[in-house]
Amino acid sequence: MKPIWYFVGLLLTAIGIIIFITGIYYYFVPSEHQTVLGYTHPDIWWGAIIVIAGVLFYVVNKNKIVE
Amino acid sequence: MQEENLMTASIGLNFADWLIIALYFGFVLGLGWYLKRFTKNEADFFLAGRRNSPWVAAIAFLSANLGALELLGMAGNTYKYGMYVAHFYWIGAVPAMLFLGLYMMPFYYSSRIHSIPGYLKLRFDEKTRVLNGISFAVMTLLVSGINLYAMALILHTFLGWDWNLSMWISATTVAIYVTMSGLMSAIFTEIVQFFLIWFGLFLVAILGLVEIGGVQELLAKVPASYATLWSTSADASQNGMAITWGGIILGLGFVLSFGYWTTDFLVVQRAFSARNLRAARLTPIFASFPKMAVPMIVVITGLIALVLAGDPQKGFALLRDNGQINYDSTLPLLIARYYPHGLIGLGISALLAGFMAGQAGNISAFNTVFTYDIYKSVLNKNASDAHLLWVGRVATVVGVVLSVGTAYWAKGFPSIMDYMQAIFSWVNAPLFATMLLGMFIWWITPSGAFWGLLAGMGTSIVMFLGVKFGWINSNTLTLSSQGSDMAANFWRAWWAWLICFSLTILISLFTKKKPKEELVGLVKGLTQETALDPVPFMKRPEFYAILSLIVLVLLNIYFW
Repeated sequence: MKPIWYFVGLLLTAIGIIIFITGIYYYFVPSEHQTVLGYTHPDIWWGAIIVIAGVLFYVVNKNKIVE
Repeated sequence: MQEENLMTASIGLNFADWLIIALYFGFVLGLGWYLKRFTKNEADFFLAGRRNSPWVAAIAFLSANLGALELLGMAGNTYKYGMYVAHFYWIGAVPAMLFLGLYMMPFYYSSRIHSIPGYLKLRFDEKTRVLNGISFAVMTLLVSGINLYAMALILHTFLGWDWNLSMWISATTVAIYVTMSGLMSAIFTEIVQFFLIWFGLFLVAILGLVEIGGVQELLAKVPASYATLWSTSADASQNGMAITWGGIILGLGFVLSFGYWTTDFLVVQRAFSARNLRAARLTPIFASFPKMAVPMIVVITGLIALVLAGDPQKGFALLRDNGQINYDSTLPLLIARYYPHGLIGLGISALLAGFMAGQAGNISAFNTVFTYDIYKSVLNKNASDAHLLWVGRVATVVGVVLSVGTAYWAKGFPSIMDYMQAIFSWVNAPLFATMLLGMFIWWITPSGAFWGLLAGMGTSIVMFLGVKFGWINSNTLTLSSQGSDMAANFWRAWWAWLICFSLTILISLFTKKKPKEELVGLVKGLTQETALDPVPFMKRPEFYAILSLIVLVLLNIYFW
């Protein structure tokens, strides 16, 4: 079977992309939901970090099979 | 600190948030379906095929304990008690985890048992096994049900979700994926949960520290009695938890910690899934490293909330229920404060993952103990492997349904939430005395173990009820003129352990001992040291245990 790290990579990548794209959208169309430190756009940089982590997990484990 | 009912608004979700939550639910169901094809026999279902690497087993071992109730509760406890909460993650966990890996795991793993009660059967007798099996099954279902109740309560309070709907959807999802592939799907979802919690909640601590100005600024702004680990422990009146170092070391550091981490099947089952003895021994030792990092989420966020609530300019206050501060609202309110849409969905998914993985962990432990230690042991001794696999699946569904029933019960009687905090000291604290004596002293007898365990559990319950209903003064238990509920928990665990320990020895002196030849492989001193694969010292469990111990000491010195 595929190792669990492969699935962790898939999920993190998908979630990270959604958060990152949402952050980009709200950068241009500011949300009504104002948050403390919202001007630092944590959705953009944290979303990017999640994507990077997810892609790393995915790439390292995509060809691995565990018995 | 000022706490007013300023913030009662629920957290609104938008499309991106819902998409992430839906993705998580679809993902865990998909994982269960994918793993079903690899679940061919009872070893696959109950022990995940014994094929896991030490890191997989270690993260599952840690995550089984890292439920959302734990995260919300400990962040709230930090707000209430201060930095002393870090003791739960450091001295209250790491020494016990290292002891399990170094000294106890060889006996557990090598005897090829399916559960902790299974060890009690081999070492002592059937009645001790059944006593522990039944008490563990009841405890597990209660914890699972309360977990479900707490989840529904939080989703209702903070998101405005329907109480029944959120509980049934989560419970059904857990029932489906655990029924399909047993422990393996529970372990896989626990690992997913681990990453969701770190990516979903650690950002709260980062943003909080940015707002306040860093760790040093944070520690400078909380009251001195809330900002240290040991330097205020000589006098209970000088620290937020109102406890002395004796209670921390004996109650938490020794009895509660060792009782939980070395005998609670919920966590130990994850180590049983490791692919060989070295991996099983490494499991709790590896898990000790991320365990020591968890305060970076719970303690830091609790202290951040404390500082924000103390500054009227910040406009932050915990919720109140009927005039009482709702400490569990700490983390959700910080999520609402810092997270924009998208990240809110991730934060909620992390909490949901914590709740559901916690429930899946309890259910997978329950189905194993029920199948082997109650059904096969008492009801059908000749059951085939295929039949046991079927029983395990049925037990999963029945366990989930009973959990839902417990959750409705909890809804009707909210005070049973209080009792939950004490259940571990009822079951695990005396069990640790039984295990310790059984594993390291050959002449401990089956009668001594059974009656000692029963007396330890009984006295712990009586002490709890005695304090609750005013029959016993809690100061008598805590040996102090001051004491919090937490201090009473620690000390009650110590007394229950001591009573079980003493009675077991006393009764063993006068009752029939098992022949030594029956105890080979089960008791230290009668067992030849298991030969491990020859590996360099830097790959051995002892090396990582030393590293873990060094980190533990440094952390305690730094925050002394």
